Amino acid sequence: MIEVIYILWLRQLKRYWRSKARLVGSLGQPLLFMVAFGFGFGPMYARASGGANYMDFLAPGIVSMSILFTAVFSGLEVIWDRQFGFLKETLVAPITRTEIMIGKTLGGATIAMIQGLVVFGLTYLLGFRAESLESLGLGLLFMFLIALFFTGMGLTIASKMKDMHGFQMIMNFLIMPIFFLSGALFPLENLPPAIYFISRIDPLTYGVDGLRGALTGVSAFGVYNDLAVILALSAFICTVGAVLFSKIEA
Amino acid sequence: MQNILSVQSLTKKFDDFTAVNSISFDVEAGSIFAFLGPNGAGKSTTIKMLTTVLKPTNGEIQINGFNVLKEQDEARASFGIVFQDQSLDDELTAYENMVYHAVIYKVPKKERDERIRTALEIVGLWDRRKDFVKTYSGGMKRRLEIARALVHYPKILFLDEPTVGLDPQTRKAIWSHIKTLNEERGMTIFLTTHYMEEAEAIANKIAIIDHGKIIETGTLEEIKEKNETETLEEAFLNLTGRDIRDENGEASNKMRLMGGMYRRRRH
Repeated sequence: MIEVIYILWLRQLKRYWRSKARLVGSLGQPLLFMVAFGFGFGPMYARASGGANYMDFLAPGIVSMSILFTAVFSGLEVIWDRQFGFLKETLVAPITRTEIMIGKTLGGATIAMIQGLVVFGLTYLLGFRAESLESLGLGLLFMFLIALFFTGMGLTIASKMKDMHGFQMIMNFLIMPIFFLSGALFPLENLPPAIYFISRIDPLTYGVDGLRGALTGVSAFGVYNDLAVILALSAFICTVGAVLFSKIEA
Repeated sequence: MQNILSVQSLTKKFDDFTAVNSISFDVEAGSIFAFLGPNGAGKSTTIKMLTTVLKPTNGEIQINGFNVLKEQDEARASFGIVFQDQSLDDELTAYENMVYHAVIYKVPKKERDERIRTALEIVGLWDRRKDFVKTYSGGMKRRLEIARALVHYPKILFLDEPTVGLDPQTRKAIWSHIKTLNEERGMTIFLTTHYMEEAEAIANKIAIIDHGKIIETGTLEEIKEKNETETLEEAFLNLTGRDIRDENGEASNKMRLMGGMYRRRRH
């Protein structure tokens, strides 16, 4: 079982590592966001908050964003596997659907985690610093849980999709709102009730808040509450994914 | 001879369309069984059900003594399949594709390299094992898929139109590999093809399916005799008619009636 999961994981990592264009290309957006928002809104944020540094606020949000996008993409890759026929090869093998789900989730989560670490490194170049070594450790845990949850979500969606036609819809009506309303870019205080409500049911909210809390010591809900929420959500989505995956037909 | 594959009243319905309608047949261990039919007759749907890719609406399938619906993993370990469309990972090398397969089929680690080497040598791809599959030609990909299907020593090998789109040299090479596998290892071969002369040359037993029903079974001689024809192709055309079929099955007027079914039936 471990070996089956390992080979599924390894395949995804090899594919990721070999597409250097994707690796480099996916760094452009977080970098742009950090430069444009960080330096653009920085002075405004400092004035409004009485001198706080916007980069400290923004960096965990951008790290979360890059993990979110990479994780969902990795999950949705199953749709490509389906279209290029490779999914069948895996599905007719004498292995359980749960093994496939676990292997793919861990593979996607690892890739998203690597991507998150690279972006995290970029934030260091732009002047961001974690509070301490322990807070860094807790931060890594949050990054991994965000990666796990959203890969699971991508896979769950992919198990219900036949082709990439619905991709734009998922991007614009699910992933983008998840990102923009998660508190990655701005504090969630004093928002209109409707927006506030959405942000509270947004899973990434707890990931961002937890990561920010872990790295900078400032969080809205408390780091351990965030941890509990994101852990529970990850367990939930992986279970749902495994159930849907068990019914998948090539 | 015992049966390696046994199918009883197998049925697949997509909404109100019946793609496979209560078919039954047996395949003897060690034989080469050709499953023929026009486009959309139900061949691929049947193979998908036999190989656990699709769930039947009704019916029983036994492979190597295992119930395909209830003992899925045992049944899956007993067969190899070369699908009609490609199912390789282009971004991996040939060898990596083989290793992936060996691992998910739980081939013991000690035997893995040896078995992969043998399989790749059979299809003449050992020297190209380190190349990415995306650099392969269509024929090489097909050969690699056949090699891959051999790594876990299947008792029965399903080949869904294995030679479609290949040049005569490659087709000849592939059939000679398949024949060798059948003769030397006693591997049962279940194949579909549109090339009647290929079926004629290789199959011990033939079944012809049309509109989801098996309309003829027997050896080549029996079928030719029964239909009073010289060749299998003539018998086939007499049995299935001379209308040109839609790619997705059924004569085109019926397709129109079925409307929205078109998209669903592709998978």
